[in-house]
Amino acid sequence: MKTKTDVEKLAKKINEIATEPVSLMEFCGTHTHEIFRYGIRGLLNKNIKLLSGPGCPVCVSHEEDIDRIIMMAKKYNLGVITFGDMVNVPGTDGSLNDLRSWGYEVHVVYSPIKSIDIAEKNPDKKYVLLGVGFETTVPTLAYTIKKAKEKGLKNLYYYSINKLTPPAMKAILDMGEVKINGIIGPGHVSTIIGRKGWMPIFKEYNIPFVITGFEPLDILYGIYLLVKGVIEKKPELLNAYPRSVEEEGNKVAQEIMYEVFEVDDALWRGLGLLKKSGLSLKEEYRDIDAKIKFPVEVNPKPIPGCRCGEVLRGVITPLECPLFGTACTPEHPVGPCMVSSEGACSAYYLYGGDEYE
Amino acid sequence: MCLGVPMKVIEIKDDDMAYVEMGNSKMEISIAFTPDVKVGDYVLVHAGFAIRVLQEDDALFIRKLVSEYENKN
Amino acid sequence: MNDVILLSHGNGGLSTKKLIEDIILKHLGERGEKELYDAAVINMKGRYAFSTDSFVISPIFFNGGDIGKLAVDGTCNDLGVMGARPLYLSLSFIIEEGFKLSDFERVVKSIKEAADENNVSIVTGDTKVVEKGKGDGIFINTAGIGIITDRRDWRDRKIKEGDLVLVSGTMGDHGTSIMLQRLGIDTTEEVRSDVAPSGLLGVELLDRFSGIKFMRDPTRGGLATVLNEVAEMYSVGIEIDEERVPVKGWVKEATEVLGIEPYYIANEGKIVVIADKKEAEDILSYMHSHPLGKDAAIIGEVTKGKRVYLRTKIGTKRILDFLKKDLLPRIC
Repeated sequence: MKTKTDVEKLAKKINEIATEPVSLMEFCGTHTHEIFRYGIRGLLNKNIKLLSGPGCPVCVSHEEDIDRIIMMAKKYNLGVITFGDMVNVPGTDGSLNDLRSWGYEVHVVYSPIKSIDIAEKNPDKKYVLLGVGFETTVPTLAYTIKKAKEKGLKNLYYYSINKLTPPAMKAILDMGEVKINGIIGPGHVSTIIGRKGWMPIFKEYNIPFVITGFEPLDILYGIYLLVKGVIEKKPELLNAYPRSVEEEGNKVAQEIMYEVFEVDDALWRGLGLLKKSGLSLKEEYRDIDAKIKFPVEVNPKPIPGCRCGEVLRGVITPLECPLFGTACTPEHPVGPCMVSSEGACSAYYLYGGDEYE
Repeated sequence: MCLGVPMKVIEIKDDDMAYVEMGNSKMEISIAFTPDVKVGDYVLVHAGFAIRVLQEDDALFIRKLVSEYENKN
Repeated sequence: MNDVILLSHGNGGLSTKKLIEDIILKHLGERGEKELYDAAVINMKGRYAFSTDSFVISPIFFNGGDIGKLAVDGTCNDLGVMGARPLYLSLSFIIEEGFKLSDFERVVKSIKEAADENNVSIVTGDTKVVEKGKGDGIFINTAGIGIITDRRDWRDRKIKEGDLVLVSGTMGDHGTSIMLQRLGIDTTEEVRSDVAPSGLLGVELLDRFSGIKFMRDPTRGGLATVLNEVAEMYSVGIEIDEERVPVKGWVKEATEVLGIEPYYIANEGKIVVIADKKEAEDILSYMHSHPLGKDAAIIGEVTKGKRVYLRTKIGTKRILDFLKKDLLPRIC
């Protein structure tokens, strides 16, 4: 009950200081999800506009990668192992769920370590772990890859669609399509990369940036600090989630991550090819790199009518996409923003985002 | 983008593994990234890994802010 | 050699007969038919409910139950929430070649126990075997017939604004425990399915309380789906309180970890009741006195409008829609 009154008071305080329009981008999909799940938009006055950003790794997975992994599994008869929502992301000719219905093995895991068990149980079958995720998840994948190598596992390969968040944020700010006054910084990416990880971006763009946690009070507190920074014209890079984020981040996790991966260019849905925005396996791990080991040719086609790219950049809200809620629903998603629970379209649809407009 | 849940460590096991409390049950996680973790600590769990030992000052500053506001009004 | 199901067990000949006699009839005992005719012959008078369901689940044996118990309780619960006391059940197996006979025997024994609990007779059945790779161990279909009395038949009662929503216990146990097991997450005995003959509680309640206007077991799609069905069917709104929905500690934490919500998760031993405000407290006390309703709670009420809302722990309100997507664990 304490939370309830604290929330009310904090929201009131924000509304009191938000005397002019403030556009904030929540970069992170979990923020999007929690903001909708707790109905936080309904607490804030009309001056505060929350834009959803590209921080949903499932959503930004490029159709080319989906096509490639499906083609690969078919051509080389591979079992695919990945995280939850990935199986529903549509490529040009179907999703991993479709692949399963065509008779191929597709496993969903919660912890990537389980992929070692799966591969060990069936040594004659080749498996590929489709690694999706940003800095938060990458160390868990790197650890799995290292462990598999130590164990001498020969039938587990890796397909990286892992991405880095600061380059995507920079890309959005560079595009300048939307006015962003402040950024709700991703709490758990920051747990790994530290407050320090955002310093270059903050220095370059000089807008309020607040690393924010995920409890309703955390989110409101982040918004409060941002609104204050915007109104008082005092941009700062703040850490409002110190119980989980420190200046340097998690160094152990960073070390494992860069032991296995190196920075590379990456394809983002909605943003295209971004320089130095992804992670590829290092030289020592090339022997398990599925992209090299199992070459395939694909012809990805963008999904007709899907405006996921603009949604990911915050240019339009899901409600402005003509497919939203008609041709594109969570039961029959056309684009990835409707697939992932973190996707802005899914959050709008499931939690009645239309009622807050 | 990244789901993290605070959970309490109740048993440290071999090979970088540990049990965290889950209601009246428990769940196995990896503590490879938090080598200094102790039984009783709260960790932030993501994809089956502890990615951070949580600090005690849980949202203290938020409480402070709210109480300042209370006193003002 | 003989310790697994073979294709010949389904050929209708001697092996089939032997399987039926040595395992099915042996264990079903009093609960099964003695004479094997092509059809069961039943004398009936009155009003009956008739329901069928097919059961496919992996793992076949899970904490808290197995596919056999699920197959009996599942159909009996569907009858019970309609106000029908289950009388007769049909039982059909589709078994994959190579399924262990000892596992099959375990399933049949569990069917017998569940039939005893529900006091239902298994009057007809069938066994087919499919080639290896064409099934997932074992599939079961049951159909059931149960008798309704006028008093228990709630179908014509009108749901109106102010009626209260009750659940007979904690939400999400079954689906969450199955998901954790399927993901190979190492947990303990406490993480278990709630599979139980909750239809029995349903029948008892309907015998006693004429203020009950709706009852359903929130299986696939969970509580949220049932409430949306009500809202749609009766053109009413419903609001429930996040903090009043009973959820076990491990379910709460596990669903946070997996990024799913207990409102959408299958239950196999719970019922959702909508009742007149005047009787709700009495219904709740009755539930509390029953072994299958210990954790029962009033969780919300029927309102104007036509959508289902959840009042969150922070005092905001949001839409609680139908289950619109597969329940998958998410890491992000």
